[in-house]
Amino acid sequence: MYTQQVMDHFMNPRNVGEIDGANGVGTVGNAKCGDIMRMFLQVEDGVIKDVKFKTFGCGAAIATSSMATELVKGKTLVEALRLTNKAVAEALGGLPPVKIHCSLLAEQAIKAAVEDYLKKIPGASRTAEEAALVEELERRPVLHEA
Amino acid sequence: MNNHRVYLDNAATTRVKPEVAAAMTPYFTELYGNPSSVHAYGRETRKAVEEQRAKLARALNASPEEIFFTGCGTESDNWAIKGAAARPAKKGRHIITSAVEHHAVLHTCEELGKQGFEVTYLPVTDQGLVQPAALAAAVRPDTTVVSIMMANNEIGTIQPVAELAAIAHEYGALFHTDAVQAVGSIPVDVKALGVDMLSLSAHKFHGPKGIGALFIKKGTRVDTFMHGGAQERGRRAGTENVPYIVGMGEAIGLAAARLEENSKRVRGMRDRLIDGLLDRIPEIRVNGDREQRLPGNVNVSIRYVEGESLLLALDMKGIAASSGSACTSGSLDPSHVLLAIGLPHEIAHGSLRLSLSDENTDAEMDYVLEELPGIVARLREMSPLYADAVAVR
Ligand SMILES: Cc1ncc(COP(=O)(O)O)c(C=O)c1O
Ligand code: FES
Repeated sequence: MYTQQVMDHFMNPRNVGEIDGANGVGTVGNAKCGDIMRMFLQVEDGVIKDVKFKTFGCGAAIATSSMATELVKGKTLVEALRLTNKAVAEALGGLPPVKIHCSLLAEQAIKAAVEDYLKKIPGASRTAEEAALVEELERRPVLHEA
Repeated sequence: MNNHRVYLDNAATTRVKPEVAAAMTPYFTELYGNPSSVHAYGRETRKAVEEQRAKLARALNASPEEIFFTGCGTESDNWAIKGAAARPAKKGRHIITSAVEHHAVLHTCEELGKQGFEVTYLPVTDQGLVQPAALAAAVRPDTTVVSIMMANNEIGTIQPVAELAAIAHEYGALFHTDAVQAVGSIPVDVKALGVDMLSLSAHKFHGPKGIGALFIKKGTRVDTFMHGGAQERGRRAGTENVPYIVGMGEAIGLAAARLEENSKRVRGMRDRLIDGLLDRIPEIRVNGDREQRLPGNVNVSIRYVEGESLLLALDMKGIAASSGSACTSGSLDPSHVLLAIGLPHEIAHGSLRLSLSDENTDAEMDYVLEELPGIVARLREMSPLYADAVAVR
């Protein structure tokens, strides 16, 4: 049912763990299946220098968390916010239809962590770009279910 | 042992024993007559079918006229409940079952519910037991049929069927039991149980898939489910699946001959596995009754890990198991059985079923006990819930 890439990221997940002193942390969950993901970001100068995750969930939840961290590592906050669950699923060679929501969880976890980072910067000291992102997030909020 | 494959999903299905497959083979290519035919070809297969019926009857302490072959355990359940519910229309339209039945029974009752029957779903204790007092309180003069499984497929709990059947009978209701998980694994005596109908399925006791039987006590009024020819004395139409009937007969013969010996050995492996897991893995609980339990059933909930990821990791080690986790269900709901015994969602999420048969070995139990703790530790290391729980301490 899972592709080789999914099994690889499940058995050898990249970037598992926590970041001490992370400046962005996001936790999301799927109320129905009960799975939970937490992302830790180390952001410097608008770039994600480091990212780690912890996930309680199915094989796809673990694999999509792992893949999502790979896809945003070294990227700008703007790029991270553009990450879609579709891109995560595609990078894993596809997911079974019942497991699409797991990739959505990964997308939301990244966004929640970015949002946490941005919201921690006092309004006055945000750059114009950061302010624009905060505004965008306010228009399209990340679902916080956990 | 790393190239080994360990099959611990015998509650899902079992391996067909080589003796069973060998007994079936001639009935495809040599003995292929239709048992209803008058010629020699037909007489040969008729004889085989009736011999198997007698064997099955003997294993259940029934008479051969009380055994009807069906296409599977699911068909037996459908026939028993729909057939019994429909028949005494004057008696009433109330059905009783339990919250922990297999979907073959639950969905049949739900369907009857849509057709205007009133269905009562009895709750169970935290060990999964239906309490006779609960049935006594629910049964009414208009109850037509009570269907309570003999043993649960997920948590292995064995129900007090004899006591429950007696209560149903006080109110003139028919009593059906789904004994699909019980037959071949524990003694099943229809007279001692006092049941009117009993379902079984060959693939749970090393027979082939797609063949089952329904015991219907002599004189019990049950509507015909499958209409057509005059097979099974006009009560279940369709040309008999002779090779599979032979396979089921061979399998029940083998199981019955070694029932006591096998169940003792399997029970020993089961208890070693359960005790070993409790010893080696912190924050783990056993689901289901420790005593009133199928010899081959191990069902545990492992906190802070999710069942599907456990199954995948075990599979990578060659170990085949199953889980009641939401992530494995397709519907994203955790198992109705685990919820019925009162497990919170997140504990049901980490459930693992290892189901044994007489073909498993002590060495295989050791292998699981060696591998599982490491898998759990690795998944917990990844779990934000575990991190939170550790932080609180
Ligand atoms: C308790 C129980 N009832 C019914 C069934 C259905 O049997 P079958 O697969 O033969 O339709 C099963 C097995 O899947 C079962 O475990
Ligand atoms: S099943 Fe819900 S996250 Fe995978």
